[in-house]
Amino acid sequence: MTITTIRSRTVVMSSTNIDTDQIVPARFLTTTSKEGLGNALFADWRYDAGGRPRPEFVLNKPEAQGCRILVAGRNIGCGSSREHAPWALVDYGFQAVISNEIADIFKNNSLKNGLLPIVVDDATHAWLLQNPGVEVEVDLRASTLTVPGRPAVGFPIDPFARVCLMNGVDELGFLLSKNGEIEQYEARRRA
Amino acid sequence: MTSAKTMFEKVWSAHEVAPQTAETPAVIFIDLHLTHEVTSPQAFTVLRERGLKVRRPDLTLATMDHSTPTRTEQVFGGAPISIESAAKQIQQLEINCAEFGVELLGLQDSRRGIVHIIGPELGITQPGKTIVCGDSHTSTHGAFGALAFGIGTTEVGHVLATQCLLQKKPKTCAIEVRGRLPAGVTPKDLILAIIGKVGVSGGTGYVFEYRGEALRALSMDQRMTICNMSIEAGARAGMIAPDETTYEYLKNTPRAPKGKAWDDALAYWKTLPSDDGATFDKVVEIDASSLEPMVTYGTNPGMVVSVTGRIPDHRGDAVFDAAMKYMGLSPGQPIAEAPVNVVFVGSCTNGRLVDLRAAAQVLSGRKIAKGVQMLVVPGSQEVKRLAEAEGLADVFKAAGAEWRESGCSMCLGMNGDTVNKGEYSVSTSNRNFEGRQGIGARTLLASPETAAASAVLGRVADPRQFLRA
Ligand code: SF4
Repeated sequence: MTITTIRSRTVVMSSTNIDTDQIVPARFLTTTSKEGLGNALFADWRYDAGGRPRPEFVLNKPEAQGCRILVAGRNIGCGSSREHAPWALVDYGFQAVISNEIADIFKNNSLKNGLLPIVVDDATHAWLLQNPGVEVEVDLRASTLTVPGRPAVGFPIDPFARVCLMNGVDELGFLLSKNGEIEQYEARRRA
Repeated sequence: MTSAKTMFEKVWSAHEVAPQTAETPAVIFIDLHLTHEVTSPQAFTVLRERGLKVRRPDLTLATMDHSTPTRTEQVFGGAPISIESAAKQIQQLEINCAEFGVELLGLQDSRRGIVHIIGPELGITQPGKTIVCGDSHTSTHGAFGALAFGIGTTEVGHVLATQCLLQKKPKTCAIEVRGRLPAGVTPKDLILAIIGKVGVSGGTGYVFEYRGEALRALSMDQRMTICNMSIEAGARAGMIAPDETTYEYLKNTPRAPKGKAWDDALAYWKTLPSDDGATFDKVVEIDASSLEPMVTYGTNPGMVVSVTGRIPDHRGDAVFDAAMKYMGLSPGQPIAEAPVNVVFVGSCTNGRLVDLRAAAQVLSGRKIAKGVQMLVVPGSQEVKRLAEAEGLADVFKAAGAEWRESGCSMCLGMNGDTVNKGEYSVSTSNRNFEGRQGIGARTLLASPETAAASAVLGRVADPRQFLRA
């Protein structure tokens, strides 16, 4: 899969520190595949005790349907290293997560699954939180985010991850291509 | 320019297969890959799909801990595991390890336990190693002067196939701990205080090195409690320089190097501590001597207060308000008034022998309060055996607590050991997130001493009243 631009309205979840236990609660982790995890996404916020969607939860609102960009409060993805979190977001249909701070492991895991973790400055973040549902455009080539009526803002992204995402290059393939160097390293260590 | 290096830099540069460039991250060799049933199945699937082998089975060890039962009849008695999907996941790990030639310490193995407890017990956690696992609390192993961090499942696949990871070099942060911990104040209290000070995202992008007199005085078990929770401040890893305490611990472990190999290893390990004058990207200072036992009151590990204190008033702050609502607590309320329904002693944070001793010391000759359920889950089968041999298990049982087989258990409630909705749990684990211990469960993190004291009084309690000599 390759990504160059994403254009979508945003869904806003303004809570700070949305941890991966909220994104996918632990009881859904007994799966041995990745499929279907979208149903478990934010399960404890999304469904009531009887498993019915809670109408007041943001993802259950009509205007949130089809949105592919999640704007989250500061420090989304903290906690457990479970890759089930980005798997669930992707399976649900998200392609990017925007915040002013994104936890390390979650950021890494997201990049490996075609989910763009976009860290923006505080002012842009605050504006996005206050304007849910706006149509934004992410340009991965230029590493910019454009929101209506504001100048485009750049976001940092690891250059290697960017190339991988844009060209569909796979990191495992890259590592496997380093076999010669790995063998040399192992030989050095044995010496 | 100085050539003085931090411990992190020494370990990092010794493992660079290819250094970081402007276009590509570094390729880092991994000395030890620990794996478990929850974050590995999809990685093995990738190997199978691409026709790959496990490159270094000799550097890979699997165990099962997260979704495993803790009831003896389900572990050893042939009774069905209560959660069907968990049983399947356990079985899948057995299949994967057999097919790919990976050593597995399976459900009934006497060396099984929480992955971060058995690595050190076996002596495969060693200074200077790079250690990874598909689990964020891999930071625990940093207590030995290893560079140890959690990875995702895709990266588990990378390590299985290539024994390497693509990594961007993190920054370093020294946590300078001044003074010594007062009596009755534990390493758990220290790390909770550090997280309270740094904040739950203050360590993002950093590797911590904990330094200072207070740490030198701690046992390995205690140092692990501190490194374990580095991730709760957002840090990638936490390290403590190896010293005589480290070497003494490792010397008697089954898989530590022996004979000449030991001497060589020891000589190397002694070169690892940060050089005098090495600079860190950031420094945080904390005074251990003024600390008290700490308890969390909210829904992240940084929302912490001393056990004698009151819940602060940050009304108007969205995180605080949501936490108060979820926890059913109020600003200004003394934390020692918070009710307790469940007490959990265990996890990779506080499930080692010293932790069980500490809890038993408080419980000895006492009973847990009526209506309180207390679960004591040893971190490994080895811890279980030692605790039974020392009579600790008898103390727990006499006090009215349940004594189980090892595993993660109520730390994350994957195996069905959960806290009921709305109930308060004083837990020695590391996360008080909403729903972590069960849907609607309200978790207060604390030391084993505080947890045991709270079990006795049926409310959050200062353990020092039970610890007078
Ligand atoms: S005890 Fe808890 S924190 Fe530790 S590995 Fe198990 S689930 Fe994770």
